[in-house]
Amino acid sequence: MTHTTKKETPLTLDVFTAGIWKENPVFVMMLGLCPVLAVTNSVLNSLAMGLASIFVLVCSNALVSALRNFIPKQVRITTYIIIIATFVTLVDYIIQAVSLDLYNRLGAFIQLIVVNCLILGRAEAYASKNSFTKSVVSAFGMGLGFTLALVMLGGVRELLGAGQLLGYQVFSTNFEPWVVMILPPGGFIVLGSWLLLINYIEQRKTGKIIANNTASHCTVESESFG
Amino acid sequence: MSTPENQVPELPSSTKLISTLATVAMISGLLVVLVYEYTKPIIAENQRLATERAIFKVLPEAKTRLTFVVDQDKLILANDKTVGELVYAGYDANNRLVGVAINAAAQGYQGTIKILYGYKPDSACITGFDVLKSTETPGFGTKITTDPGFLANFKCLDAQVNVAQSGLINKIITVRYGTKQHDWEIDAISGSTITSNAIGRMLDKSGQAILPVIARNIEQLKQGQQ
Repeated sequence: MTHTTKKETPLTLDVFTAGIWKENPVFVMMLGLCPVLAVTNSVLNSLAMGLASIFVLVCSNALVSALRNFIPKQVRITTYIIIIATFVTLVDYIIQAVSLDLYNRLGAFIQLIVVNCLILGRAEAYASKNSFTKSVVSAFGMGLGFTLALVMLGGVRELLGAGQLLGYQVFSTNFEPWVVMILPPGGFIVLGSWLLLINYIEQRKTGKIIANNTASHCTVESESFG
Repeated sequence: MSTPENQVPELPSSTKLISTLATVAMISGLLVVLVYEYTKPIIAENQRLATERAIFKVLPEAKTRLTFVVDQDKLILANDKTVGELVYAGYDANNRLVGVAINAAAQGYQGTIKILYGYKPDSACITGFDVLKSTETPGFGTKITTDPGFLANFKCLDAQVNVAQSGLINKIITVRYGTKQHDWEIDAISGSTITSNAIGRMLDKSGQAILPVIARNIEQLKQGQQ
């Protein structure tokens, strides 16, 4: 007990928001890309997958964090996998109960959340080392970031691939759908485009800071030389 | 630096490792059983509704239905949980037989396609189908449910049973797009030939096997519940 409580950083808003932008699991950490590319052919599928992942992520991280002082190091991965598999099984039954149609469309990807490296990764890297509250808050932020990324992909793919959003026709019926967007290659294309855009924005932000720093630095230096 | 990080930690006793895993597995089992028991009736009801929706979609005039299981040459009244080849007889408000819904399946482009098709014994026509399960390519193989030209094949697809009641008079066959000449031929969708062929194959296979049984037991079906 005393060993792990060496220096707990306090719970800040940053713990929550890190997963949404700064450490976004898809756009920054590139974790769990298999479902990201596979199920994001429509907004509804993306949203359902995101919510299922949030549930598994929050519940498993909560349990891992609560049990972190009782789990011996040697069997920790096994224990994490059992915990994650449990919640995935629960989600599997719950989605079947909510909508069979949705369940059939998501196919095997619900069961495959078990091996989503985002969830095991967070359990090992965060929940096993941090307090219960912080783990839950961080998992929730990560889950939201993951869902946001899925919906951003799903939105673009559904709009271009079917001319619809959430099943509602957006473009007129004359619009010839870009079928490739619904197919797996479309997932890569859209993910690549989003990464390009986000990295461009990030780089411009940091670029400006560096430019400002060097600019002021130069003036100081030139003054001292002058 | 009283506790160096690279020091090999002492291995805990096997009893502790085993008891940890056993505890976690027990919690896991308990949760899964609870949710399974709770969602079981809801999932069963969802499945019943899905079957019912499909039956009434292929037999739009039907108001009620009875389930039969095929037992060699006979039809035996059954329910949806019965294991075996199920056929669903649809009746209108006056308890008159309007048609029979039958399952069929075949290998498509990416996996097994399962359909439920409607058969009208009076006119010996296959009058439509509903896809129950399909992993066909979106925008190509999925056209079988939307392509108007393809659906026109099912206004009255000839499926007459021969005199000996051993099979169909004419084999149901998918032909190249635009070359349909007879009522038992299916005009393929250009660009979705493999899926179109699969529909033809599964209708022929199921038709040859099930429709003679329907023909032999037509009086029993017409009697319905009385």
